[in-house]
Amino acid sequence: MMVDVQKMEQFAENLAAQEEVQGRSLFADARRRFFKNKAAVVSLIVLCCVFAFSMFGHMIAVWPNDEMDWGILGQIAELGAPSIENGHYFGVDELGRDLFARVVQGTQISLMVGIVGALIAVIVGTLYGAIAGYTGGKVDNVMMRIVDILQSIPYMFVLILLLVVFGRSIFMLFVGIGLISWLDMSRIARGQTLTLKNKEFVEAAMATGVKPLTIILRHIVPNLLGVVVVYSTLLVPQMILTESFISFLGLGVQEPNTSWGALIAEGAGTMQYGTLWQLAFPMFFFIISLFSFFFIGDGLRDALDPKDQ
Amino acid sequence: MSTKEPILSVRDMRVEFKIKKQNALPWQKPDILRAVKGVSFDLAAGETLGIVGESGCGKSTLARAIIRMIPSQGGEVFWQGRDLMKMNEKELLGIRKEIQMIFQDPLASLNPRLTAGQIIAEPLKTHYPNTSKDEVKKRVRELMEKVGLSGRMINRYPHEFSGGQCQRIGIARALITNPKMIICDEPVSALDVSVQAQVVNLLMDLQKELGLSLLFIAHDLSVVKHISNRIMVLEFGDIAELGEAHEVINNPQSPYTRELINAVPIPDPIAERKRIAERRALEASA
Repeated sequence: MMVDVQKMEQFAENLAAQEEVQGRSLFADARRRFFKNKAAVVSLIVLCCVFAFSMFGHMIAVWPNDEMDWGILGQIAELGAPSIENGHYFGVDELGRDLFARVVQGTQISLMVGIVGALIAVIVGTLYGAIAGYTGGKVDNVMMRIVDILQSIPYMFVLILLLVVFGRSIFMLFVGIGLISWLDMSRIARGQTLTLKNKEFVEAAMATGVKPLTIILRHIVPNLLGVVVVYSTLLVPQMILTESFISFLGLGVQEPNTSWGALIAEGAGTMQYGTLWQLAFPMFFFIISLFSFFFIGDGLRDALDPKDQ
Repeated sequence: MSTKEPILSVRDMRVEFKIKKQNALPWQKPDILRAVKGVSFDLAAGETLGIVGESGCGKSTLARAIIRMIPSQGGEVFWQGRDLMKMNEKELLGIRKEIQMIFQDPLASLNPRLTAGQIIAEPLKTHYPNTSKDEVKKRVRELMEKVGLSGRMINRYPHEFSGGQCQRIGIARALITNPKMIICDEPVSALDVSVQAQVVNLLMDLQKELGLSLLFIAHDLSVVKHISNRIMVLEFGDIAELGEAHEVINNPQSPYTRELINAVPIPDPIAERKRIAERRALEASA
C-alpha cells in the first residue's frame, strides 16, 4: 500500500496538468502491426484504387456502357483495339460497346456481390454461431445439425435451381449466395465461442447477472471479431469467384448488367478472333482484386494473431 | 461460532457432476462425481470465512453453487432468511447485486476489448440501467481511487495493467453495486507474494470500511490465516474441520488439516528439514 500511496500522490500532481490517459486497444495494436506489413498495405492501396475505379470510372469514360459504336461494329478486330484517340481506352466488346464503361459496371456488381455476401456471412454467421455456442446443450445441437444439413446440400445445384425457377436477377443471386455463405462462418464463430464461454470474464458477467444476449453482444462477439474479420476478407473473393462462375455459366448477372465473370466469359468466347483485350482487361481487374483480398486477409491474420500479443 | 445473526447460511449443500465414460454408448448411465457432499455453514455480517483444501476438493464448486452459477443437487442457501435455491431469475437478479465475486486469474477475468472504466461500470449498468453517464463515470472514478488506482486510467485496457492492478479492477467491479458479501475465488493465487499482501490488505481495509462479509477461497494457508475470522477445511467435498482461524491452524483436530498444515514449507532450511522428516514419519506411520 505504501508504494501506491506515493504513486497516487504522484498521479494527483499530474492530474492537474493532464486528464485521462487514452488506452491503446487491442485493435489499435493490430492496426499498427498491419501497417508494418508491406504486401498488405500495397494490396489495400490497390483495392482502394479498384474501388475508386468502380465508383468514379464512369466519369472518365467517354462512352456510356450501353451504346454501340456503329463506326466500329463489323470491324472490331481491326478498329476496336484499345486506343486513346477514339475514347475506347479498353477497346470495345464484340457488340461494339465501350469495354472501359463495361468493366466499370462489372466491377461495381462483382464487388457488391462479394461484399454483400460476406456481410450476410459475418452478421448471420457470427450471431448464429455465438448464440449456438453460448447456449450449448440441446439448442446448440439442433442449431448446428441444421447447419450440417444445409451444408450437405450441393449448393451450386441449389443456386442454379433458384436462378432457373425464380428467374435470373441480381436479387436472386444475393439470396442464393447469402443462403450458403454464413454456414462456415457460424461454425468458426461457434468454435471460438466455446473457448470464450469458459473464460473468467464471461463468468464474471454471469455472476453479476448480465442478460445472456448482452453477454453475447458485449463479451463474446467483440472477442470473436479477430477471427471473423480475417475469415471475411477471404470470404469476399470466394463470393466473387462463385458469382463469376455462375455468370460464366450464363446463369448469373444478365444483360444489360454485367460482372467480371460475365465479361471474362464473353472475352473467352471471342479469343480466337484476335480480340484478346476483351479477355485481358476484366481478367486483370479480377486477378488484382482477388490477390489484394488474399494479401489483406493474410496481413490481418498476422496482425490479429493472439500469439504475438 | 459467531453470535451475530448469519447473513448467509448454507445447509446440506450437494453438487454432483455427471461424467460420461469414454466410448460410452448413449444409454449407458454416466458416472456421478460427487464434488460437494452436504456442506453446511453460516456466515455472519462483516465476517470472513476462509475455505481451504487441496485442489479439486470442491472449494470453487461450492462457491459457484451457492450463487447458482452451476446447478446443485440438493441443499438450501438462506440469504438474509430467503432461500436462494427457490428463487426465480428475477428475484435472483436482485440478490446478485448484493453478492459479488472476485476471480483467480486477474487478466482473464477482464474482457480484453473493454476499457477499465467499462469493465467496472458493467454491474452498475446491469442493476441500475437508468444511471446517467456522468453519474456512472463519477462512481467508477470513485471506486478506482478507493482500490488504489488512478482515475486517469479509466480509459486503459486490461493488458496495459499489471496483475495486481487487474485484480484491483476486479475488486472495484465487485464493489460498485455496494454488495453485502463478496466471494473471493483464490483472488491472490495468481499474484506474486509482494502483490498478494497488498491485495489481501486492501480487501481487509475495504471489509472494515464497508462492513462486507467475505467468503475467501484459497489453498495458501498463511493467506487464509491472515484474513479469516473462521476457517473451513474441505476434504473431497466434505467439511474436515470448521472453527476459529487460530484454533484450526494452531490446534488442528482432523488429521487432514494436520497434513495440510504440515505441507506448508517453512522459509528456514533447518526447520524445513525437520518438517520434512516429521512428514515422512507421519506418512510411514499412516
